[in-house]
Amino acid sequence: MTKLKLLTAALLAAGALTAAAPASHAQQSVLRIGLAEDPDVLDPSRGRTYVGRIVFASICDKLFDIDDKLNIVPQLALSHETSADGLTVTIKLRPGVKFHDGEPMDAEAVKFSLDRHLTMQGSFRRPEISAIDKVEVVDPLTVKLTLKQPFSPLLAQLTDRAGMMVSPKAAREAGERFGSAPVCAGPYRFVERVQQDRIIVERFADYWDKDKVTIQRIEYRPITDATVRLANLRSGQLDLIERALATDIPQIRTNAQLRMAVGVDLGYQGITLNIAKSDAGRQAFGRDPRIIQAFSLAIDRQALNQVVFNGSAMPGNQWVNPENPYFQSRHPVPQRDVAKARQLMQAAGVRGPLAIDFMVPNNPEVRQVAEVLQAMTAEAGFDLKIRVTEFATSLQEAEQGRYQAYMLNWSGRTDPDGNSYSFHACNQPLNYSGYCSQAADALLNEARTKTSQAERKAIYEKLSDILLAEGGIVYLYHRPVVIVHSVRLEGFKALPDGLVRVVGLRFRGN
Amino acid sequence: MFTLIARRLIQLIPTIFFVSVMIFLLQQLLPGDPALVMAGEEKDPAVIEQIRQRYRLDQPLPVQYLAWIGGVLRGDLGESMRLAEPVSTLVAQKLPVTVQLAIMAMIFTLGIGIPAGIISAVKKDTAWDYVVNVVALWGISTPNFWLGIMLIFLFSVQLGWLPASGYVSPFEDFWASMAATIMPAFVLGNSFAGVIMRHTRAAMLQVMESDYVRTARAKGLDSRTVILKHALRNALTPVITLGALEFGTLLSGAVLTEQIFSIPGFGKLIVDAVFNRDYAVVQGVVLITATTYIVLNLLADIGYILANPRLRS
Repeated sequence: MTKLKLLTAALLAAGALTAAAPASHAQQSVLRIGLAEDPDVLDPSRGRTYVGRIVFASICDKLFDIDDKLNIVPQLALSHETSADGLTVTIKLRPGVKFHDGEPMDAEAVKFSLDRHLTMQGSFRRPEISAIDKVEVVDPLTVKLTLKQPFSPLLAQLTDRAGMMVSPKAAREAGERFGSAPVCAGPYRFVERVQQDRIIVERFADYWDKDKVTIQRIEYRPITDATVRLANLRSGQLDLIERALATDIPQIRTNAQLRMAVGVDLGYQGITLNIAKSDAGRQAFGRDPRIIQAFSLAIDRQALNQVVFNGSAMPGNQWVNPENPYFQSRHPVPQRDVAKARQLMQAAGVRGPLAIDFMVPNNPEVRQVAEVLQAMTAEAGFDLKIRVTEFATSLQEAEQGRYQAYMLNWSGRTDPDGNSYSFHACNQPLNYSGYCSQAADALLNEARTKTSQAERKAIYEKLSDILLAEGGIVYLYHRPVVIVHSVRLEGFKALPDGLVRVVGLRFRGN
Repeated sequence: MFTLIARRLIQLIPTIFFVSVMIFLLQQLLPGDPALVMAGEEKDPAVIEQIRQRYRLDQPLPVQYLAWIGGVLRGDLGESMRLAEPVSTLVAQKLPVTVQLAIMAMIFTLGIGIPAGIISAVKKDTAWDYVVNVVALWGISTPNFWLGIMLIFLFSVQLGWLPASGYVSPFEDFWASMAATIMPAFVLGNSFAGVIMRHTRAAMLQVMESDYVRTARAKGLDSRTVILKHALRNALTPVITLGALEFGTLLSGAVLTEQIFSIPGFGKLIVDAVFNRDYAVVQGVVLITATTYIVLNLLADIGYILANPRLRS
C-alpha cells in the first residue's frame, strides 16, 4: 500500500502548508484592488476599455479631472480660457510637474501628447478630440488649441484618456510598445504587468501632489467572477473591489468589515429600436412613432428596478441620469400606462400582437431584465422574441440591422454630448436604429457650439422633446456603481465615473 | 523501433499543417467582426479602417493564412489585437502556469484515483467498494465551478487558510505558490479521479480473475505482492493512456477552474481571446496546445512500446 502512504503524506503536507500560509493583515503598504476584467493595452492613445481607465487613474494624470458634481476641475492644467468665438482654448499648465522618467511635463510635452492622440496609428482618441486643428506652444507653461469649429465637449474629453499626458522621450523610444510600460505623470509609476494576473504600480516620489499619496504600492488583480471577487475582499486578499453585484448589496451592508460606496452610472441601459436601419426595422418600430411611445409606456421602470436590482438601480428615461445637471425635468420618468399604450397601438394601426426580434447580449442580469420586459410589454400588444446573442456577434448584427430591438448598455461620458450625439445624429457610428432627423441634428450640433451650461441645457430640452417621442432608444435605468472596500482603507471618495482615485487613500493607522 | 518513431514523427507534419488550416478556418466561421469589437465603444469608422488594414482583415483569407503561417514558421505567432503584445510573450507567460497546474492536478487525479480503484476492486461488493463508488460518482458529477466556489468559501473566507485566488510562481515563493494552486489543482484533479478510479477498478477486476494471478496466489505469495506487483502492473495500461490524454487536456487550459480561481493560464487567455475575436491569440494558443497534444500522444505510444515488450516487434 505504498500508494496510500504517499497519498497520506501528500495530504499531511497539504495540511501543513495551509497552516503556513495565513492571510497577512499586518502589511499595509500595498493596496490590492480587484478588477472585474483584465484591462487592455495601457497606452492612453490606444486604450479602449472602462477597466483600463481604472488603472490609468493611478498612472496617468490628465489635464483636467471631474469632481463629485461633474464639474471640470484642473489637474495637470491650472486653468483654461476659451475665446469668445469658441475657436481657441488656452491652457495654463501646473509648474514643476515631472513624468515618471524625470522629464518635465511642460507645454512641449502637452503638444506631443495631444498630437500623438490625434495622429498615431491605432489611436482611439482621434474621434474624441478631432475638433482640434492644431496645438501650439505659447510659452513653456501655456498651450493654445485651435479648433476647426467650436466644440464645447472638448474639456470633458480632456478629463479622460484624451487628457492624459505621456512622456515624449519614453513614447518616442518605445513607439508601438509604449503600452507595455507606460510613462506618464500620475501618482504611481508602472512597475510590472502579467497579463490576466496582475498590474503593479509604485508610488512616484516626485509626484506634484505627493503629500497626499501614502500607500507605497498598488496591485490590480483582474478577477472576473463577481462572487469570487467579493470572497477575496472578505477573506482579506483584496482591499477594494469595483463593480460588485447589485444583488450582493444587502450582504455587504451587514458586514462590519466592509464599506460600500454606491453611485449612479454616467451611462444608461436602454433598448435600441431599429427604426430605419433595415427593412426589419421599418416593418416594426419604424412604422409609426406611436409604437415606440406605446413600448415605453408599457414598461414599469420602478417594478423592473425592484425585481432585478432590489431597488438599487435608478430608473431613467433619458440619456443622462435623473441626478445629472442635464436631466430634463419636463420629462420625468413616466409611470406605466398600459391602457394608453394599447390606445397608441390601436391608433398606429397595429392589429394583434406585434412580434419583435429582441436581441439580448448573453449576460445573466440583462437577460433577466429582458424577460421582465417581455412580460410587461405583452400586455400592451408586443410579442418580444428574446434572442440571446454573444456580445461580439450582437455588435455585428446591430451594425447590419439584423434585429428589431437590441438591449444595449452605454458606459457613459461626462459630457451629455457623449451620451447622445453618436446615437441619434444621422449616420453616426453608434446610430444602430437608423434614426435620422434634420431637426434633431441641428440641435445636437448647436449644443456642441455653446459653452454655458444654461444655454446647452435649453438646447437639450428641445432635443429631448423630439427624441423621447420618436428617437431610436428607449431608456430604462442607470446601473448602480458599487465599489466595496475594507474598513481599514480610509479616504475613499466615490466619483460619478466610478473610477478609483488613489490620491488621498490611506490605511487606518498609517 | 526507431523506424517506427521516425515514421510517426514524419506523420506529425501533415497533421499539424491540417490542424493549422482547421484552426484558421473554424475561427472564420465565428460570427462577429473583430474590427468592430476592437474599435472601442465609439466605433469611429476611421479607427475601424485602420484596424482592418493593420491586421490584414481586409485581405482575402488565403493571403491572411499565408501571412500567419509564414510568421509561425519564422517563430512569430503574431500580435494580440487587444493587448498589443506579441502572442509568443503571452504564451511564455501562461505556459508555465498551465503546466504547473496540470502536473499538480495529475498528482491529485492519480493519487486519489488509482488507490481508490484498487481498494474498490480488491474489496469488491463490500462497504468499502460502495463508499468508494459513491465518492467517485460524486467527484465525477460535481461541477468544477461549484466545488471551486465552495472551497473558496470554506478555506479562504471562513477559515482564512488559503488565498481565494491568484497565482504566484513557485520560483518566486514555493509555499505561496503551492497555497495558491492547491485548490484549483484539487478541483481539476478531483473531477477526473473518479474516472481513473472506475477504470482502475474494472481493469483490476478483470486481471484478478486471470490465470496468472491465480498462479501467483497458488505459489503462496501474500496478497499485497499479488495485487501490487502482479495484477496492478497489467491493469495500469489503459489507465496510462487515459492519464496521458487527460494531461493533454489539462495542458490546453481549464477554462472554468481558471476563471473561478483567477489563475492566469491558457484557459483564461483563450476564452478572453475568443470573446474579443483576438484572432492571433486564438490561433497561436490553439496551435501550440494542439501540437503539445499530438506530441504527448506520440510519447504515450512510445511509452506503451517501452512498457509492453509484446508491442515491440
